[in-house]
Amino acid sequence: MELDLPLIWAAIIAVAVLAYVMLDGFDLGIGILFPMIRGEQNRDVAMNSVAPVWDGNETWLVLGGGGLFAVFPLAYATILPALYAPLIAMLIGLIFRGVSFEFRWRTQRGKHLWDWGFAGGSILAAFSQGVALGALVQGIEVVDRAYVGGWWDWLTPFSILTGIALLVGYVLLGATWLFMKTEGELRAFAGELVWSSGLSTLVLIGMVSIVTPFLHPDYLDRWFVWPNAGYSMIVPLLILIAVWLLYRGLKNGRDAQPFLAAQSLFVLCYAGIGISFYPYMVPHSVTIRDAAAPDESLYFLLVGAVVLVPIILIYTAHAYWVFRGKVDPDQGYH
Amino acid sequence: MSDILDPVFLARLQFAFTVSAHIIFPAFTIGLGSYLAVLEGLWLLTKDDAYLRVFSYWKTIFAVVFGMGVVSGIVMSYQFGTNWSVFSDKTGPVLGPLMGYEVLTAFFLEAGFLGVMLFGLKRVGPKLHFFATLMVAFGTLFSAFWILAVNSWMQTPAGYGMNEVGQYVPEDWWAVIFNPSFPYRFVHMVLAAYLTTAFVVGGVGAWHLLRNARDRSARIMFSMAMWMALIVAPLQIFAGDQHGLNTLEHQPAKIAAIEGHYDTLKGVPLILFGWPDNAAAETLYKIEVPHLASLILTHSWDGEVKGLKAWPREDWPPSPVVFWSFRIMVALGFAMAAVGLWSGLQRLRRRLFESPWLLRAAVLMAPSGFLAVLAGWVTTEVGRQPWTVYGLLRTVDSVSPLAAPAVGSSLVAFFLVYLAVFGAGTVYVLRLMSKAPDSGIDDNIGPTRTAGITPAAAINPARTIYPLQDGR
Repeated sequence: MELDLPLIWAAIIAVAVLAYVMLDGFDLGIGILFPMIRGEQNRDVAMNSVAPVWDGNETWLVLGGGGLFAVFPLAYATILPALYAPLIAMLIGLIFRGVSFEFRWRTQRGKHLWDWGFAGGSILAAFSQGVALGALVQGIEVVDRAYVGGWWDWLTPFSILTGIALLVGYVLLGATWLFMKTEGELRAFAGELVWSSGLSTLVLIGMVSIVTPFLHPDYLDRWFVWPNAGYSMIVPLLILIAVWLLYRGLKNGRDAQPFLAAQSLFVLCYAGIGISFYPYMVPHSVTIRDAAAPDESLYFLLVGAVVLVPIILIYTAHAYWVFRGKVDPDQGYH
Repeated sequence: MSDILDPVFLARLQFAFTVSAHIIFPAFTIGLGSYLAVLEGLWLLTKDDAYLRVFSYWKTIFAVVFGMGVVSGIVMSYQFGTNWSVFSDKTGPVLGPLMGYEVLTAFFLEAGFLGVMLFGLKRVGPKLHFFATLMVAFGTLFSAFWILAVNSWMQTPAGYGMNEVGQYVPEDWWAVIFNPSFPYRFVHMVLAAYLTTAFVVGGVGAWHLLRNARDRSARIMFSMAMWMALIVAPLQIFAGDQHGLNTLEHQPAKIAAIEGHYDTLKGVPLILFGWPDNAAAETLYKIEVPHLASLILTHSWDGEVKGLKAWPREDWPPSPVVFWSFRIMVALGFAMAAVGLWSGLQRLRRRLFESPWLLRAAVLMAPSGFLAVLAGWVTTEVGRQPWTVYGLLRTVDSVSPLAAPAVGSSLVAFFLVYLAVFGAGTVYVLRLMSKAPDSGIDDNIGPTRTAGITPAAAINPARTIYPLQDGR
């Protein structure tokens, strides 16, 4: 049997990016909601809840980017120039928040500066990712294997909307994470925030979903024309179930349920985007097959991925297991 | 003037700046990762808490430096696409999978175990913690393996073909990875990272020994670092020479630029100093040693060495840059070996910790590894010009469809952010290094203390270990 290597790799890259959004999503969320947390000790606890895992979470972004370079070089070579400004902004945001995890503990006088570096960097990174996503959904112009659009094409009301949506969505992930990992005052605060950010996320998902089908005839066809729409409509139904689980979990004060429900909300929205994109790697200009590197490249890396990704998942899970349970405020990591 | 608005020039400047800023961190963490593993191993083996103290001291510094390496590294992984999209499209099928392997074997490994290494000693116990430290160390080495395979392929491409859309495609992965310059470059860089770390550790140890010669942790640092200098610096000179001969075989124009040779001659003198002038096609103001270049490069008194004029002018690398960066690197390498030898003599005379001038020299040499690494990379990368893939793809043909304002403003943004963030980080690292490793417990060597009056708490392992773990 002949393996459809480009399709397999498209799935792997899609899963890597999803893993990134789910994992770094909640620790970026902690950064975004950081200024709202009252009290230095509470902020310490919030940061410590993600300190041992953030670096691993962010590595999925490198796998998404590096993987694209490896297996879909044409997509890498056209998407990145097209999204130049938002990606540079994201990188700068990630620099500030990444170093804050260590820098914040290395200075008393400047601690509040790195509080802001952590928050500002997280906000910039999250917003830029949302903008980049929106710009990608709108489509990217490619002629002769090169991006031919302008330097500001990414900036539209729609991409601003997706930027805000992702920003708020990450707050929801962060708030549910805190609700799961902390106790007392901080947990109560997180619970309040889950309500407000959850509601805002839903409104924003609704707005994005209403606008998207009108951006391109393909999207309209996928979502509103029978029989495609029949399959696609499973997604919004499942979203309703996730919302209900989030609501119940929060109401009953369950630790993990709101977090898992919020994560499944993200998975479903992501699946929705995937349905819209297929079969394109770069929307409306480069298909999965056209973007793919030759089979020798795909196969060579696939062998490694098949062996290594399960191992990565095992030790990543182990790291989460080591730091399981509520964060102990007295157990200063630093 | 036109240079400043030329997007290709700006993109090169941006890459040179971000990659130079980045390499400083891995050059240190590759060595420090291994050093931490050795320290923890010694602690587990000997049960001597002094090793754990030194481990904890450097672990904190590792965390700060590693964080800066991660964030500056993510920038690199996106820079290929944003500024060098044609290069990415053409080389992706060959180089992409190597970077993919770097992510899968190295980045995840480091990141997955870093949390346990930094925060998890109490949670997982010493054995599993040691395992985590080892995995972090291996991760840094795997990372060096793959990224140097990538860089070496750009210098000495092998094992590739070309497809109908103009991409380089793999034909033999073994030949791609173990391309002709890779083994030399890999050894040279790993040794460089080890030496860099050794001189930082040695410099910090020496600094504290100058203040308090009895500081046991500082003694451990200094002694271990000087062993490294004594053994590894000469090895590095040998490895560097081999690497140079390999370059002569595969990139002779680079060697001609490094040596400042324009004419192809026999019995070529070694130009010690001078100013290579590409426009005039000669090296001005030179001071030379007769026949030495032939002797070094061909191992024969009258060997022929090619000069730059043997190649078309548009293929010449900018000679003055590589001429000088190479000499800076070599001078630093010999200075390191000299410090190593000096320390060996003082050790023989049992005066290793009581030689103020040696200690001062070690403090002065603390940053020498970083300078040598940067100078070395400038030599090999600028020496590769005007190509991104040597002999195949020119730098001017590799860039994205770039607009100068976009590249220029992102360059300024990176410059300011790096200055602020890594400037602050450097201050924090120096502040950590200025803290005496054994402050408060500097009296546990020598005969001043008798066993009889040692407080029980001080010899109870549980009491002596845990405060250190908390105060990482």
